[in-house]
Amino acid sequence: MHEASLAGGILQLVEDAARREGFQRVTQLRLEAGQLAGVEPRALRFALEALAPGTCLHGCTLLIDEPPGQAWCLPCGASVQINQRGDACPHCGGWQLQATGGTELRVVDLIVDGD
Amino acid sequence: MCVVCGCGDEQAAGHGHAHDEAHGHVQIDPLKGDLHFGAGAARVSVPGLSQGRAIQLEADILGQNNRVARRNRAHFLAHGVTALNLVSSPGSGKTTLLCATIRALQQRAPQLPVAVIEGDQQTSFDADRIRATGAPAVQVNTGRGCHLDAPMVAEAFHQLHQHDHNHGAAHDAHSLLFIENVGNLVCPALWDLGEAAKVAILSVTEGEDKPLKYPDMFAAATLMVLNKTDLLPHVQFDVARCIALARRVNPAIQVLQLSATTGEGLDAWLDWLLALQPDDLPGGLAATAPMHGPGCGHHHG
Repeated sequence: MHEASLAGGILQLVEDAARREGFQRVTQLRLEAGQLAGVEPRALRFALEALAPGTCLHGCTLLIDEPPGQAWCLPCGASVQINQRGDACPHCGGWQLQATGGTELRVVDLIVDGD
Repeated sequence: MCVVCGCGDEQAAGHGHAHDEAHGHVQIDPLKGDLHFGAGAARVSVPGLSQGRAIQLEADILGQNNRVARRNRAHFLAHGVTALNLVSSPGSGKTTLLCATIRALQQRAPQLPVAVIEGDQQTSFDADRIRATGAPAVQVNTGRGCHLDAPMVAEAFHQLHQHDHNHGAAHDAHSLLFIENVGNLVCPALWDLGEAAKVAILSVTEGEDKPLKYPDMFAAATLMVLNKTDLLPHVQFDVARCIALARRVNPAIQVLQLSATTGEGLDAWLDWLLALQPDDLPGGLAATAPMHGPGCGHHHG
């Protein structure tokens, strides 16, 4: 549900950029939503689709990269990959993990026209 | 173009997103038929649209919220306010716990001012309950919103502040501000409000496996309060398992067990609250909240 608020935040960032950079239309928008960011990419797409008509995002291609979850395992003293919070370390099976990557939630770049 | 799946318009005829499966958006458990959305591979990048101009933005989607949250945090510090963000499912007993806490603090630490910001979609029922204890409260109705955000808290704090000024209250003594978030174990995890810590409240009438079902919230919390422990003899709830599951998603999460209605365990909760200092900031608390490692600045900005 919070993806609707995030979509609003994305539109705001893009509209600010449109004013600053002087473009009318976005043809491609690339986002990054890490696997541990607490965001469901499918819901985010849906929310952006609902929001897009009448804005500079209408009809744009939406790319959502999902950087994998990375965590530091204290017992192993190593960086490991996890798919979600609550997963065990793939090496030692423990849960002494500190998330270090895959928490990104960003607008990466745009391709625009109409300037 | 279909924005849900990114497929082309030519595929769009009669297309109602029932084709998710074919597109691999959803993984289906072959044994039980359970659906796992969000487990799919990263979407394939479409090669460039050469006429366009590329703009690098590299902007945090929660950046605007986090800027306001940082301002709230500075504002709280300047006023000696320790703010706590109380999160839980609906019905865990947050408001009952707050009322019991305020009454107990009035006895134990009468010099400590306590105020409350109440978040709900509708009604001022909860703020009315808090005001009945004598503590100032502001209700924030989010309408359709599923969480409080930092600008809402800034507005609400302003209201409380104005109100206190009108009543000539002293301001810079240490005080506590409880922010009762909308009852929801998913969305509020992402929005930093400027609090010193998130406190997740879980009642024993809910499932003991909630920390693993809603991991983002328990990963973001500094403290888990297990409420309604007076009902433990009547429900199936394995306390040890619940704590073990919470520590899987957050090895450093602190845990307190209490009953807001009988008062059992309330003293330890008051001890925890009274040990908080106005300059307790998530920067310091972050050391005890390990799921917020580097690269996760947007949670506690």
